[in-house]
Amino acid sequence: MNVTDLDNVVVRFSGDSGDGMQLTGTLFSNLSAILGNEISTFPDYPAEIRAPQGTLGGVSGFQVHLGSGKVYTPGDEADVLVAMNPAALKVNAKSVKKTGVIIVDTDSFEAKDLEKAGYTTENPFEELNFSEATQIVPVPLTSLTKASLADFGMDNKAVVRSKNMFALGVVCWLFNRPIDKAIHFLENKFIKKPDLLKANVKVLTDGYNYGNNLHLNISTFRIDKSHDLPKGTYTSINGNKATAWGLIAAAEKAGLKMFLGSYPITPATDIMHELALRKDVGVITVQAEDEISGVCIALGASFAGCLAATSTSGPGLSLKSEAIGLATMAELPLVVIDVQRGGPSTGMPTKTEQTDLLQALYGRSGESPIVVVAASTPADCFYYTYMAGKIALEHITPVILMSDTFLANGTALWRLPKLAEMPEIHPFLAPDSLKGQYNVAKRDEDSQIRYWAIPGMEGFEHRNMGLERDAEKGGISTNPENHRKMVAARAQKIANIEAVIPDVVVEGNADADLLVVGWGSTKGHLLGAIHEMNLKGYKVALVHFNYINPLPKNTAEVLRKYKKVVVCELNSGHFAAFLRSKVEGVHLEQYNKIAGQPFNVKELEEKFTQLLTEK
Amino acid sequence: MIAQDFKSDQYVRFCPGCGDHAIVNSLQKAMAEIGVPTHQTVVISGIGCSSRMPHYLNTYGFNTIHGRGAAIASGVKIAHPELTVWQMTGDGDCLAIGGNHFIHSLRRNVDLNIILFNNQIYGLTKGQYSPTSKLGFVSKSSPYGTVERPFRPAELVFGARGTFFSRTLDVDLTTSRTCMVAAAKHSGAAVVECLVNCVIFNNGAHGWIADKETRADRTIVLEHGQPMIFGANHDKGLVLDGWNLKVVKIGENGITEKDILVHDAQCEDSTLQLKLAMMEGPDMPVALGVIRDYTTETYDHAVNKQIAEVRAKSKIKTFDDLVDNCEKWEI
Repeated sequence: MNVTDLDNVVVRFSGDSGDGMQLTGTLFSNLSAILGNEISTFPDYPAEIRAPQGTLGGVSGFQVHLGSGKVYTPGDEADVLVAMNPAALKVNAKSVKKTGVIIVDTDSFEAKDLEKAGYTTENPFEELNFSEATQIVPVPLTSLTKASLADFGMDNKAVVRSKNMFALGVVCWLFNRPIDKAIHFLENKFIKKPDLLKANVKVLTDGYNYGNNLHLNISTFRIDKSHDLPKGTYTSINGNKATAWGLIAAAEKAGLKMFLGSYPITPATDIMHELALRKDVGVITVQAEDEISGVCIALGASFAGCLAATSTSGPGLSLKSEAIGLATMAELPLVVIDVQRGGPSTGMPTKTEQTDLLQALYGRSGESPIVVVAASTPADCFYYTYMAGKIALEHITPVILMSDTFLANGTALWRLPKLAEMPEIHPFLAPDSLKGQYNVAKRDEDSQIRYWAIPGMEGFEHRNMGLERDAEKGGISTNPENHRKMVAARAQKIANIEAVIPDVVVEGNADADLLVVGWGSTKGHLLGAIHEMNLKGYKVALVHFNYINPLPKNTAEVLRKYKKVVVCELNSGHFAAFLRSKVEGVHLEQYNKIAGQPFNVKELEEKFTQLLTEK
Repeated sequence: MIAQDFKSDQYVRFCPGCGDHAIVNSLQKAMAEIGVPTHQTVVISGIGCSSRMPHYLNTYGFNTIHGRGAAIASGVKIAHPELTVWQMTGDGDCLAIGGNHFIHSLRRNVDLNIILFNNQIYGLTKGQYSPTSKLGFVSKSSPYGTVERPFRPAELVFGARGTFFSRTLDVDLTTSRTCMVAAAKHSGAAVVECLVNCVIFNNGAHGWIADKETRADRTIVLEHGQPMIFGANHDKGLVLDGWNLKVVKIGENGITEKDILVHDAQCEDSTLQLKLAMMEGPDMPVALGVIRDYTTETYDHAVNKQIAEVRAKSKIKTFDDLVDNCEKWEI
């Protein structure tokens, strides 16, 4: 049998939103991760839970990129597409490589299926104009699944629902993946449903054997273990779960209770789900009556001495603005997690975008500077959320942590940390020496950090408020000179955080002709693009930002060093505008995409090549 | 402890003659009687005249943003149930902009002591009608009279499944203090509706019952386990007439004290309690005192109890345990 060795491969599972494509994709990527591959995944699904069957709008996809080398992104085009119906085939036709393999369920290519997906001829393959180099592998998945479960006495609906496992079996065979690990995952998933487990394992095994026995007339692939990964214990994790764990770790390190006040909103809700599950480590979660209450309940918990957080997406961040303003005025620690999605308004709830940056930076009344931190991979959501908690508690300030759909739902390999490895967290509590003399305005003169006193501390009774306070006595004040002083103190406190933020690092070619600037979730795509460019002989570098406000100390120095600088982001230029306001006299080119989708490496390469070749 | 212990160093800035002065005094006395130390007492407020209260109390206080007091107070109490948490709010702060948080904190039964200052007006913004202003009320924002029906706070509290409702008049210091102490003793969300006179923008709003000469005949101070008797001569009482309450005179038509209803504030069924709370003049007296005081599980207790139960059973106790027990592999 023909086996092709590959460094990396992109597989896309695609079907109806009820076809179980997310589970299939997750199983396959976890399986690959266990076998030592780096992975990056990208689930792409409609907002409807069950969109009309067989239609283009109902197509749900899960793409995974796995490799033996560095895997930066979930990949642009797929090497292998699994299309469970004609709609899935049509939606993904353009995102398959010319030399790709397409596995289709021939049972779902009846005339009525073609009609639902809007085909005008009887031959979808010709109509979609696939290259001759593309290998179409027709498998009657539905009828084979029915045959596989003939003796199980299950109803037809349940049987048909298992066809995703048959597809997974075929794909496992295609990639020479032993299925025992997949069976292990299924055992965990269906621990309370032994009948369903048996059925899924049977179909999966039959799918694998189908490929193996019939020697489907295609070559199979082999991908080596990754060479670059440091030794260690790994798991695969998505951004939302990593975010939740970051909060848990930070609270434990600080010796405080972890408290989440939240309200369901796509794509942030899984953070609340995970934390609600984690009562074992003492997390308190409140599903509030609305977004405003979510942040206010959290702020109350912060006043009472917890590491308090609220999780939301763009529209929810708008609703929370006033309370976040209160947190800046009252100077209380609070982590606000914004998992961005396509906007404005309801926009595209399941799609990714970076269009909340200016809202996060400026979306409050009055002079209310705030710390903004952005995660850049599903796995580093853990670290940056942890750091958001650390900054909040050590500087007694609200911090906004930016994530997005791409990070929230995407998974990556994560080397599991021990709490002892994480940086210390020392909440800035009022010292005993202030007992009996404390008031709400008491702050450290050097750092301008306000001392935090918590109910229960005797001799520290005080009144906090959203009103301006006297800088000395802490009472209500409308004195003009005092207000000027307080506004400056709050701004200085945020600016001083610069001292604890690491410098940005330039990656790629240090003598580059083009410096690429990015922030947040685009890191993988930008790294992938500059890597490709440098392989082709161009000189390109990347500086990627996780700390947005305050900016790292060396920001201006780095930006001024390169003659051509392009800021790439999934919005109309928020970060570019912010950088221009902070770094005088720097000329920044922009590359912006606002399509609800991440960048792809190819389009970035095209843009960079154009910038490098233009006069 | 004495009332003085709860006085802050701030000068009380309510308007001269405002009913809020009386509430501050009643509250400081009530806090002293309750005896929870100042450092374990937290007072949360939103925005409005009533919400200035935390500044005048030598406890932990947080004067927050308009309408959100109930949510912020809930956060404090859920995070640290051992603290005694008060919420100061007004008819605008609580029933207009903060309505959602109010009903949900009652539904959840968070152990808060909520003092609702009802003066039927927005005072701090200088005189607009509020959700409790009477139909037709003339104010700066309703120069031709309002055309909207008011809330009756008791009805809202009962509708939200509140477990405690009491009512007092600013000028009735004894009843105010009794209600506040009872609210603090109640385990669960406790509402004390204070009928407060805004001397500047809505003077005399509660005059019909507040006037000292007629108050005894126009109000009834309810007490759990006591017959519902009122009147200057202590000779009027309440009885059931079919589904409705009726005022009778003891000694007339053969009525004796034994015929008068005895108040049960503690029963779960709130039907009669609501009827009492909704009584209005001129035919019926307005009910003051503790009208409902039913005890059931509080949200803050339930949340923390559930966490303790899960922790007792789970082998995962720390972050490192969490990591050790997840799906993982060596590379």
